[in-house]
Amino acid sequence: MTTTPLLDQAHPAVKGGLLLEVTNISRQTDSIVSITFADLAGGLLPAYVPGSHLVVQYGAGVNAYSLTGSGSTPFEYIISVLQVEDGAGGSQAMHRLSVGDLVQVSRPRSAFAPVANATHQLLVAAGIGITPVLSHARSAVEWGTATDLIYVHRPGAGAHVEEARELLGDGLTECSDRASFQKVLAESLTHQPLGTHLYVCGPAAFMDDVLDQAREHGWPAARLHSEAFGAAELDDGEPFAVNLTRSGTRLEVPAGVSLLEALENAGKSIPNMCRKGICGECSLSVLRGTPQHRDLYLTDQEKAENTTMMCCVSRSLDEELELDL
Amino acid sequence: MTTTIIDNELESGVLPERIRHFPFPFSGDSYRYSANVEPARKLVETEAGSWGSFLIDVDEFYLQDLRDRNEVLEKDPTRTQVLPHMRPAVWDAITTLLPAMAEENPDTMSYQRDGNACRWANALQNLELEFTVGDDDSLPMGPLQFLGSQIQDDIVFLDPREDTLWLDAGLVTFAADWSFGFDVGMKFMEVHAPVPRVNDEPVINRAHQFLLRLQPGEQYRRTNWTMTVDRRLDTSTETYPIWAPDRGTIAADPELPNRLHLRVEIQHLICLPHSGAVLFLIRSYLLPLTDIAKVPLWRERLGHVLAELPEDMAEYKGISRYRKAASSWLLNG
Repeated sequence: MTTTPLLDQAHPAVKGGLLLEVTNISRQTDSIVSITFADLAGGLLPAYVPGSHLVVQYGAGVNAYSLTGSGSTPFEYIISVLQVEDGAGGSQAMHRLSVGDLVQVSRPRSAFAPVANATHQLLVAAGIGITPVLSHARSAVEWGTATDLIYVHRPGAGAHVEEARELLGDGLTECSDRASFQKVLAESLTHQPLGTHLYVCGPAAFMDDVLDQAREHGWPAARLHSEAFGAAELDDGEPFAVNLTRSGTRLEVPAGVSLLEALENAGKSIPNMCRKGICGECSLSVLRGTPQHRDLYLTDQEKAENTTMMCCVSRSLDEELELDL
Repeated sequence: MTTTIIDNELESGVLPERIRHFPFPFSGDSYRYSANVEPARKLVETEAGSWGSFLIDVDEFYLQDLRDRNEVLEKDPTRTQVLPHMRPAVWDAITTLLPAMAEENPDTMSYQRDGNACRWANALQNLELEFTVGDDDSLPMGPLQFLGSQIQDDIVFLDPREDTLWLDAGLVTFAADWSFGFDVGMKFMEVHAPVPRVNDEPVINRAHQFLLRLQPGEQYRRTNWTMTVDRRLDTSTETYPIWAPDRGTIAADPELPNRLHLRVEIQHLICLPHSGAVLFLIRSYLLPLTDIAKVPLWRERLGHVLAELPEDMAEYKGISRYRKAASSWLLNG
């Protein structure tokens, strides 16, 4: 693997990620562009689980975008971005990218994975929601899993339509209005082979509606899957400060930096193993303040006592914590 | 009398590799269950040397262990099973582990991949072959058995679904007192039900949550330990009548220090990049007490750990009938 390490000024969400080059931009519709990223040396990129997303940095912000490939031996990552006029600016920044630009991205993260023992997949996508579902469809075709896709898009304005047609043939049903979609969906929800899993991606209201109807038709929750960005990782958290009473030091812990990292950056050596809140090695004694416990190690009772915290993942509910260090 | 010699051996680094690279697991004089996971490939210094910088460790027992494995599989094909939905995970393991081995052993191994066409060379086995990812027939014995012929680790696949992990594939020839064939198809918590204190101590459930939250590409490891009479890797439930009787006689055997081995497992927990399945590798190291005793601190620590271990844990590990004899030899012998 010849992926290039990141530059220093990376946003915490893309830390440990990759520095990639924009190698192609193609317009899918009036408002959607596909952007291709590749390794600067043309090397193989980390493989990913179908339905994964990439966190892409733009200026000081980051946004998550679904990867549209199957995830097997990728030499490029392709995302498709819908321009949102009143968003935080991420989509507009993506639309301003040109070939040759360098971007910092996270490693692919999986939060919408296919279920390995599904005998059949029913994919449902609306608009830009096609992106993770296309990834599922590609992987299903590679591994021979039977797959149907219902794709709702405005007439003549669907992204990746040609690819979906080519991949799935008769397995693709396109709908361009609410009434026809409702008819197709109701029909599909009542006629799936045993062992079918449903995956839906689109606007929140659209997903809720599809999932509600599936439940009404008796689909068990374990067979229903919808895309929810960011559910797999802890958020950056709020900034706080710690007062180290024994050494008489005060440290700021910015958002996106763990207390453990902040202590290490300040030259403190804290025993630690997993850095994920499960091994219990990095426990610290709290003298004052209320930790925001995010670990799996302490019991509920220990968490309630607020005298111990795991500094690799836990933060503070108060502006300042006092630690026995 | 021997202290000087031992010190010289330690200082001059003439201890044999099996001791210098042994993953001695105890950091104190007692042992309890813990979720002792850490990132893979982290070098650990010990009193005798170091271990842990490799994902797949290839050592002096490589060919011998793989011959042992082959014999076990020929006698008992149930030691490997793959539920059909785990095929992609097995290929994911092959395309993850072979390049790692080639990277770690550039003088003896090489791996090239172009699309789905792969080329693997392993000079230790005088082996060169080409295969196609996803095509089970392109490997002579099928993908999982092929992987099992290249690494000394036992191989288990856990499939994440329904908020739990299912043990749905594997190749396990060197089980320490358990049966892969019995566990296949079970959930993670079901597999661990026989572990003592599992209901009182949150360790297993914590490990379960940890595994469920691994992101594709992440690689962790932990150690576990027990004891085995003789350098016998296959102490599975299936061969119980062959190895278990020794546990009742070893305490009185004058050969105990040579025959009794500390068995340490380095267990890797790898979330596979493309399938998202959790690969659980178990690599077993066996070192006789006579070798342990060549490192004074190890001798003392193991002696104390064996003496102090609570009875339920000693019983579960199958060491209760001889641990006092072993401890006495280590501490007073």
